[in-house]
Amino acid sequence: MLIRWDWIGRHADDILAQLIQHVELTGLALLFGFAIAFPLALAAIRWPRLYGPSLAVTGILFTVPSLALFILLIPFTGLSMATSLIGLTIYTLLILFRNIVEGLRGVPFDVREAARALGYSRTRQLLTVELPIALPVIMAGLRIAAITTIGLVTVTALIGQGGLGRLFISGFTLHFTTPLLVGFVLSIALAVAVDLSLAGLLWLITPWNRGRRA
Amino acid sequence: MADHALEPGAARMSGAGVVWRLALVAALSCLVVGSASALGLEEGGSANIVGQVWHWFVDPTHWQGVDGLPHRIGQHIGYVAVSTVIAAALALPVGIGLGHYGRGGLIAINIANIGRAIPSFGLIILMFLLVGFGVIPVLVALVALAIPPMVTNSYVGMQSVDPAVRQSAAALGLTRWQRLWQVELPIALPLIMAGVRTSAVQVMSTATLAAYVGLGGLGRYLIDGLAQQQLAQVVGGAIVVAVLAVLTEASLAGLQKLVQSPGLVR
Repeated sequence: MLIRWDWIGRHADDILAQLIQHVELTGLALLFGFAIAFPLALAAIRWPRLYGPSLAVTGILFTVPSLALFILLIPFTGLSMATSLIGLTIYTLLILFRNIVEGLRGVPFDVREAARALGYSRTRQLLTVELPIALPVIMAGLRIAAITTIGLVTVTALIGQGGLGRLFISGFTLHFTTPLLVGFVLSIALAVAVDLSLAGLLWLITPWNRGRRA
Repeated sequence: MADHALEPGAARMSGAGVVWRLALVAALSCLVVGSASALGLEEGGSANIVGQVWHWFVDPTHWQGVDGLPHRIGQHIGYVAVSTVIAAALALPVGIGLGHYGRGGLIAINIANIGRAIPSFGLIILMFLLVGFGVIPVLVALVALAIPPMVTNSYVGMQSVDPAVRQSAAALGLTRWQRLWQVELPIALPLIMAGVRTSAVQVMSTATLAAYVGLGGLGRYLIDGLAQQQLAQVVGGAIVVAVLAVLTEASLAGLQKLVQSPGLVR
């Protein structure tokens, strides 16, 4: 028997708590990631010389295997939620930074010129003209970052956090497939649900793109 | 882990040289270790962490035998190489074929996303619980994780070939096989290689986690060190893993440049 349903019934509270922690870690990592990547992307567009180095640094951080990165943070923040959160945030940076830059750079030149000609200030042009046009590309990045982060959260179970990853650990230590499969399936389901919700959110906030497939 | 698939920035990033990247990793490691000691984070009130990690590296016993760095690095590269090559042999013909004939696009494009949603750590433990301890179940998991990015990227690479170029090749009287080998593949190669790089880096990261279910490789230092609370070994091992991953990525980027058709370099 791969699944013992009675075990799931008896541990529903625990499973729910891990799921909530999983969502929390993912959400916060994406939030912090965006808060860092967005200004960085604006700076890289304003000063193109920054683009290469920013891409290289976020790219190298992204290449570092997840467990190694979490461990390199332990001397600072210990086996805490901060360690997990900082590591997860670092992994979102490359994807978010690249997509925000590509999205904003993809805004047609004549559209920007038109906004300038209408007397829009830099900020107003960014917020009301460029950002809405760049939204599909930015959202594509956010979706990839979200799916990636949901998978990575489970790794932080090895440093005492982990959300659903803790169920992997219980499955392993008890040599018992039920908790493992519950964590596995819920993690994939969460990724799919978040991906679909973000796609739906994009559809909601970009009414002008409806009917046109990207 | 890595995801250089489909993003236009990938090609630009490969411009950074190997030496430069390594210098960056070295600088980051120094920053980590250095500021940790500056903050006075000490373990057990003994020597500081820099000293401990340094001693771990220079201790000759860590350089010989089954548990020595050369053996563990070799093992780790072995796992990564074997699973990436097997996955490439399975994935590239599929992606290239689908892209060449322009079929199955929806699946080919979305399979990388599907692969990303599978938690690699869970897959490793699942294989272990279902099959038992051994290299084979772990390799199966690593191969499964390496396939999706390569399918997606090779499909997109083949699809990115300008239809006008295909038509000119056909008009010149090239057979389908010649068009595939002499025209389409060289043009698609950068994206195909980007997929291989993505997969290799991801496998490298997951192979580290495989130590949790008893596999060798560099993950041993991390997993054993965490269990025994030996900070020096954990941090030392993590630095080696990080450097090896960046080296792998950089050398694949170099290989990509080497195999690229000289006619395509802008």
